[in-house]
Amino acid sequence: MAETTDPLKGYRGRARQRLQELGVRVWSEVRILNDQGSTFEGVILPRSETADDLHVVVKLATGYNVGLHIDRIREVEELGFKEAVYKIPEQAFPHSPDLPKVTLLGTGGTIASRLDYRTGAVIPAFTPGELYGAVPELADLCNLTTRKIFGVFSENMGWEEYATLAQAIGDEIQAGVDGIVIGHGTDTMGHTAAVLSFMVQNSPVPIVVVGSQRSSDRPSSDAALNLIHAVRSAAYGDIAEVQICMFGPTSDQYGLLHRGTRCRKMHSSYRSTFRTVGDIPLCRVSASDFGPLTHEYLPRNPHRRVKIDPVYDDRVTILYYYPGMKPDVVDALVDQGYKGIVIAGTGLGHVNKPVFPALERAIAKGVHVVMTVQTLWGYAQMYVYDTGRDLLDIGVVPLDNMLPETALMKLGWVLGHTHDQDEVQEMMRHSYSHEITEREPHNGYLILQGGLPETEEFVLSQWK
Amino acid sequence: MEGSIDYEQAGLRVGLEVHQQLLTDQKMFCRCPAGLYTKSHDGVMLRHMRPTLSELGEYDGTALMEFKTKKNIVYLLHKSNVCTYEMDDTPPFIVNRRAIDIAIEHCLMLGCDVVDEVHIARKQYLDGSIPTGFQRTAIVGVNGRLPFRDRELTIIQVSVEEDSCREIQDRGHLAVWRTDRLGMPLIEAVTGPELKTPEEVEEAILLIGRVCRSTGHVRVGMGASRQDVNVSVRGGRRVEIKGVPTAGQARQLVHSEAIRQIELLRLRDELHHRGFRQPSDIGMEHIDITTLVADFRVEALQRDTWERFVEAEQMRPGMELAEGPFSVRAIRLPGLAGTVGRACQPGRTFAHELAGRIRVIATLDQQPILVHSDDWPDYPGGTEELAEIRQAACCGPDDALVVVWGVESDTVTAAKEIQLRYADTTEGIPHETRQALPDGCTDFERILPGPDRMYPDTDSPAQLVTRERVQNLLVKLPDPPWRREPRYSAAGVSTETIHFLIRRGGARLVDRVVEETGFDLRRACLFFGEELKGLRRSDLAVDKITESRWCALFEQMRQLPVLWEARRQLVEGLVDEPKLSVEELIAKDHLGEEPSGWQTKVNEALSAATARGLEENKLFDTVMGQAMSVLRGRVPAVRVVHVIHELQARKNDNG
Repeated sequence: MAETTDPLKGYRGRARQRLQELGVRVWSEVRILNDQGSTFEGVILPRSETADDLHVVVKLATGYNVGLHIDRIREVEELGFKEAVYKIPEQAFPHSPDLPKVTLLGTGGTIASRLDYRTGAVIPAFTPGELYGAVPELADLCNLTTRKIFGVFSENMGWEEYATLAQAIGDEIQAGVDGIVIGHGTDTMGHTAAVLSFMVQNSPVPIVVVGSQRSSDRPSSDAALNLIHAVRSAAYGDIAEVQICMFGPTSDQYGLLHRGTRCRKMHSSYRSTFRTVGDIPLCRVSASDFGPLTHEYLPRNPHRRVKIDPVYDDRVTILYYYPGMKPDVVDALVDQGYKGIVIAGTGLGHVNKPVFPALERAIAKGVHVVMTVQTLWGYAQMYVYDTGRDLLDIGVVPLDNMLPETALMKLGWVLGHTHDQDEVQEMMRHSYSHEITEREPHNGYLILQGGLPETEEFVLSQWK
Repeated sequence: MEGSIDYEQAGLRVGLEVHQQLLTDQKMFCRCPAGLYTKSHDGVMLRHMRPTLSELGEYDGTALMEFKTKKNIVYLLHKSNVCTYEMDDTPPFIVNRRAIDIAIEHCLMLGCDVVDEVHIARKQYLDGSIPTGFQRTAIVGVNGRLPFRDRELTIIQVSVEEDSCREIQDRGHLAVWRTDRLGMPLIEAVTGPELKTPEEVEEAILLIGRVCRSTGHVRVGMGASRQDVNVSVRGGRRVEIKGVPTAGQARQLVHSEAIRQIELLRLRDELHHRGFRQPSDIGMEHIDITTLVADFRVEALQRDTWERFVEAEQMRPGMELAEGPFSVRAIRLPGLAGTVGRACQPGRTFAHELAGRIRVIATLDQQPILVHSDDWPDYPGGTEELAEIRQAACCGPDDALVVVWGVESDTVTAAKEIQLRYADTTEGIPHETRQALPDGCTDFERILPGPDRMYPDTDSPAQLVTRERVQNLLVKLPDPPWRREPRYSAAGVSTETIHFLIRRGGARLVDRVVEETGFDLRRACLFFGEELKGLRRSDLAVDKITESRWCALFEQMRQLPVLWEARRQLVEGLVDEPKLSVEELIAKDHLGEEPSGWQTKVNEALSAATARGLEENKLFDTVMGQAMSVLRGRVPAVRVVHVIHELQARKNDNG
């Protein structure tokens, strides 16, 4: 949130001019009379950048906002002026010597917030004192430290941010923390969790990435419960890996811990959007207990030495294949200097024949081409059909059941180490953190179709 | 304290907030069908609400109250009328434009100034009535007026908003809501606090109802319109009575509330007199007396009474019931002896005020919720048992004693709420929302939310309202009641029929028919306002007849007045033969055509009837009946009557 000293924040063009003429500004407490004799008493609010330049927004004493057309304003009387100061009075986070130490790293997004009711603004709560005010339960769980690493919408995260984050994690582990929580926007949480699984290996403690689907200013938000689950998992959980913690069902029942390399956002808005793909989640977590679903994880061990490896080459991309794709797309990528292409191919990892020569050209020029499946679930098994075999011969590297987004993150990380074809291939096919699994259990793919009697019966018998 | 009070002297001021469902196909912020109510469900969802702190580190009073209750909130979903928006799992879609238009129509009829940009805000509710924890609402018009009696009522604002869930159950720590109604568009019209008597309140509610109906674009039926009534007396404070079901019940409710406030102000004065001048002066201590009363005879405090209650109500630990042991708690209120049993509402005491808070906030709802020393239950040995409890609680003669029971943590909450309620009383009347009871009294529902709990809905872009859009709606606007009613009255239509037509939407059809065909207004009103009721009751599907066919029918009846007499037959024809035009229906039975030689046929009938030896008076009726069964709609009845009388006279003359 960039602070601006512009007294007419957001107003431009005709509306700006009118406000200047009337001698009032944003945060002025005013009484406005319009051309029909109606009076509006309240505070002038900033104008949204995407709104027009013909209206003034006023927050009335009743709490409602209205937009008034500048041509209809006859008189304005300034009754007062009170600058909005978005700072929350601090309460100290209580310290208990027996409780574990957890650090919350902030990347952006609002895991907790407060409301300035006078102006309607949502103010992020981030320091331990602010978080304690919003989610007091945290004080019963741990001694919390917070560090804001950066403040970006998660779609604006990038390689530099990943490296910085990995480094920060290393610093915290060095300082002897018992667990790490990372607050993150949900759009690219899966990408970050995947890349951190490579950049941070052999962790002694849990590293839990968390966010919220519904903004934390709402009474119904999943933020508080997600945060409580994540902090519990970081403080008391046994899984010393990078994991995502978000809602299980959409009901307030339990959260799920998902391995960072196999977790994907599967719905644009549902609370229950994050799912483990091609396997089962690691653990169920509630406000009072853990329910591990597997024993295949790296257990907590304070003596383990973490390996921080924040290297990358950002010249990597995903190509989502479609029928009729022309080879020039691949050529263009190569000519622009990309060094790694992840293909999300159809079926068992296929593209059409016309693209083959372009792939050959790419590989000959030292570009690394790897194959994943668009279907997300299932393996790229390229030896089954001719198409796949031909692609293998060309030198496309099959990535079995690695998710396309995870493959992209991994390829960028791998290329930060080497560009040698054999070394790259070996690293890509070596599974560091279950990004490739040898076996897909029958319950790794469970997409139930709605409308069928048995599904409806099941759904009705559970909290959604 | 029953009976009448001088409302003027008491300084009674009442304002209304009228909620009216709008007639749209879809809901307000999603594309689900509006008005589709279902009794079953195919999905269930569990949620909890948390309050958001203000920037000052304070909780809004209502939000804090709701958080204290720690409710498990269950939503019942049916796929036919809710989508992921209602589940709060999808952001809102662009607001229903038609709903805004209808809201503008209401604004215009109420003389409001329509705003230039509609900004949608969030009004927080933590009781679970809306899964998001807030209602999306927006002001559409301000500064209106409602002609009322010899003056005008101020219409402060008209806003448009989404309706909430329907409560299925609210027991202990579990609330269950049905989501079918959630998201339906409503308008809310807010008047100034200018009504002075319960009678005025009833009248105003009915008048605003007729205004809404006059637009022709509102839903009718149970629950389609609801009113909240804001009541205060001089020295008191605005209290909102929520969900007043009918205008008639408003009268008793306003009366009871006026009395309650007057009595609470008197109690305040008594507290001040006793030295309790501010909230911090109220003291309270509580102790657990479960073992002490285990063998007592007062039934309410027995563990097994409680256990039977829990079993009968099927209350489950962790859902309806908090976790923890059963506890009986004695609460000592220093210096407050005699105040608990003071009269408050008609037939109720201050103890009811305490019980209301305990029921809602501590979620203890086993009747009688509390027992107290000012009015200890009457049973053998009761006096001694009371004395023992008072002693155990260290009560002196000036102290009041209240006893509550239930799950331990809830009883502690109850003790604190009792103290808070007394603390509120030192300042007068607490800012509350109260619910209407069938006997005309009210009970606590929640702390009245402040304007502080509103903030912009950043998910929704602002909606532009051009003056052109407003003008287009204005030219098509039907008459408001104060223009239509005098017009109908002047035509000789009774007030009762006028109100019926406006309430049931027939007035719009009447106006259209009269405007398009020039048919007589009075007759049209009587037909649509009275006769149609009878036709409907005899199972004739008259509501299937389209407006344009009604117009065609009335046009024909205007041109050929004799057709009016055959209207029943014609209406039946309109229902039974939807494919025939009105002209074809008329022609089919030769209506409007006078048959040749009908006087002769009448004469023959008369002779035949006379020959059968019928008496004079029966003669006329019989022949008239026979004649009209053929001639109705073809020859005016008055002419047939005349012909029969003439023929009879001639026969008599001839001997």
